[in-house]
Amino acid sequence: MNHRAIRAIYLFEMARTWRTLLQSIVSPVVSTSLYFVVFGAAIGSRISQVEGVSYGTFIVPGLIMLSVLTQSIANASFGIYFPKFTGTIYEILSAPISYFEIVLGYVGAAATKSIILGLIILATAGLFVPLHIHHPVWMLAFLVLTAVTFSLFGFIIGIWADGFEKLQMIPMLVVTPLTFLGGSFYSIDMLPPTWRTVALLNPVVYLISGFRWSFYEIADVSVAVSIGMTIAFLVICLVVIWWIFRTGYRLKN
Amino acid sequence: MSPIISVANLSKTYGSGFKALKNVNLDIKRGEIFALLGPNGAGKTTLISIICGIANPSEGRVLVGGEDIQTSYRKARSLIGLVPQELHTDAFESVWATVSFSRGLFGKPKNPDHIEKVLKDLSLWDKKDNKIITLSGGMKRRVMIAKALSHEPQILFLDEPTAGVDVELRKGMWEVVRTLQQSGVTIILTTHYIEEAEEMADRIGVINKGEIVLVEDKATLMQKLGKKRLTLHLQGKIAALPESLHHYELELCDGGATLVYDYDTKGERTGITSLLGDLRTAGIRFNDLDTTQSSLEDIFVDLVRTS
Repeated sequence: MNHRAIRAIYLFEMARTWRTLLQSIVSPVVSTSLYFVVFGAAIGSRISQVEGVSYGTFIVPGLIMLSVLTQSIANASFGIYFPKFTGTIYEILSAPISYFEIVLGYVGAAATKSIILGLIILATAGLFVPLHIHHPVWMLAFLVLTAVTFSLFGFIIGIWADGFEKLQMIPMLVVTPLTFLGGSFYSIDMLPPTWRTVALLNPVVYLISGFRWSFYEIADVSVAVSIGMTIAFLVICLVVIWWIFRTGYRLKN
Repeated sequence: MSPIISVANLSKTYGSGFKALKNVNLDIKRGEIFALLGPNGAGKTTLISIICGIANPSEGRVLVGGEDIQTSYRKARSLIGLVPQELHTDAFESVWATVSFSRGLFGKPKNPDHIEKVLKDLSLWDKKDNKIITLSGGMKRRVMIAKALSHEPQILFLDEPTAGVDVELRKGMWEVVRTLQQSGVTIILTTHYIEEAEEMADRIGVINKGEIVLVEDKATLMQKLGKKRLTLHLQGKIAALPESLHHYELELCDGGATLVYDYDTKGERTGITSLLGDLRTAGIRFNDLDTTQSSLEDIFVDLVRTS
């Protein structure tokens, strides 16, 4: 294993985060705070409780997931797309480093940033609403699993994209709507039966449900199903990445 | 001595069906400067890209330092430093950071002394803390060389190293390349500047339409394919060549004031002695003469045209 190469890529990517601190950390925190003001205070004041939890408190896991999902994808996709765009990818491809190590460096850095961001948002939320986490270990496990999985997904998008427009397309047109419709701001039990069935086709529902369970022990679907679905998506991403490197898709041809 | 790079039956066909390389066979000797010449689209960069791991071959095998580039890619790639044709740099990184990053990427432990030496050798030391975006094109080119040398490679690929570089800097780069060769590094360079190959290379390979047309020692190549030109400055102008000189491939120039005779240095007889005799017989006298050797550029153009 080329540990030094993994470290070099990881630190290079993390350095980019610190260099673009405002964009990487501060801006998602500000936008999340705005969600609290709008959904938690303005709208939440008209909703008494959801499954025994105040509305402001209820939306915290969903808001964290919203940021973790979008930032994981954005960080990882940009991380690998930018060297492709500038041409510096030549150095990664010509270095004595395996595909697994490349993924470890880029995805590791992207996931780290998302996890840090998720924890900062959690701390920010604590300033707005009272929080009690029933299963902190599971909470962290869900956070890490989701950050890694969606960073892998972002890595795939970054390889696939051949322009900045495509880089934005999937996160904006697919992931953000799925996250909004995935129960970030409501319980899917609040939906009519037909829409509830449709909502269960949305993979994000399972992530948010499991994550919310780790906070309040309330879930739209069983925790085992949530974990199973997340791991299934992780495996799909890994298989796609394995295929990308095996064939050299959009990298070596 | 076994070659440091051995390319056998290498072919590359792109997804579009374009055959960039056709059954290429090539050995690079340890410690030499090898110049790969070819027109645009000949396959130079594709060949380098495959050897360095940037592109996948369609067929064939490449050994670097005896290691297969596919099955033993870690060992093979760790021997190579690559300076690509385009100026691909991390605009917002400092010179020091980007060169150190390259060393880490190749799995080498930190060695500030080596990085310092490389930067000093390339006259980049006073720019080490500058962001790359603030550097001139020539300096960026040197940063790319520094990155390629950061992990102490045994082989250095220079793909068009002096493209767009001014004359002074180009000569500076030649010096750097010579110094590297003296330290035991094998250098493979592609270039459009024939004078660069003529100045630098020990051996020359010519590639055209994806095929290696020729590989030869530079001196032998010049000798084998080089033509010489004899120019005779006549005492008086003549209107036409006499019948007795028609069997020579002579050209009457400058309104009949000079005679030009091209001859082949590889031939057993150049024909000069008999030509001079026949000129005297015909009563054509000259007051000066000179000879010129055809350049590598002339040879290259001929080769590409006929291949």
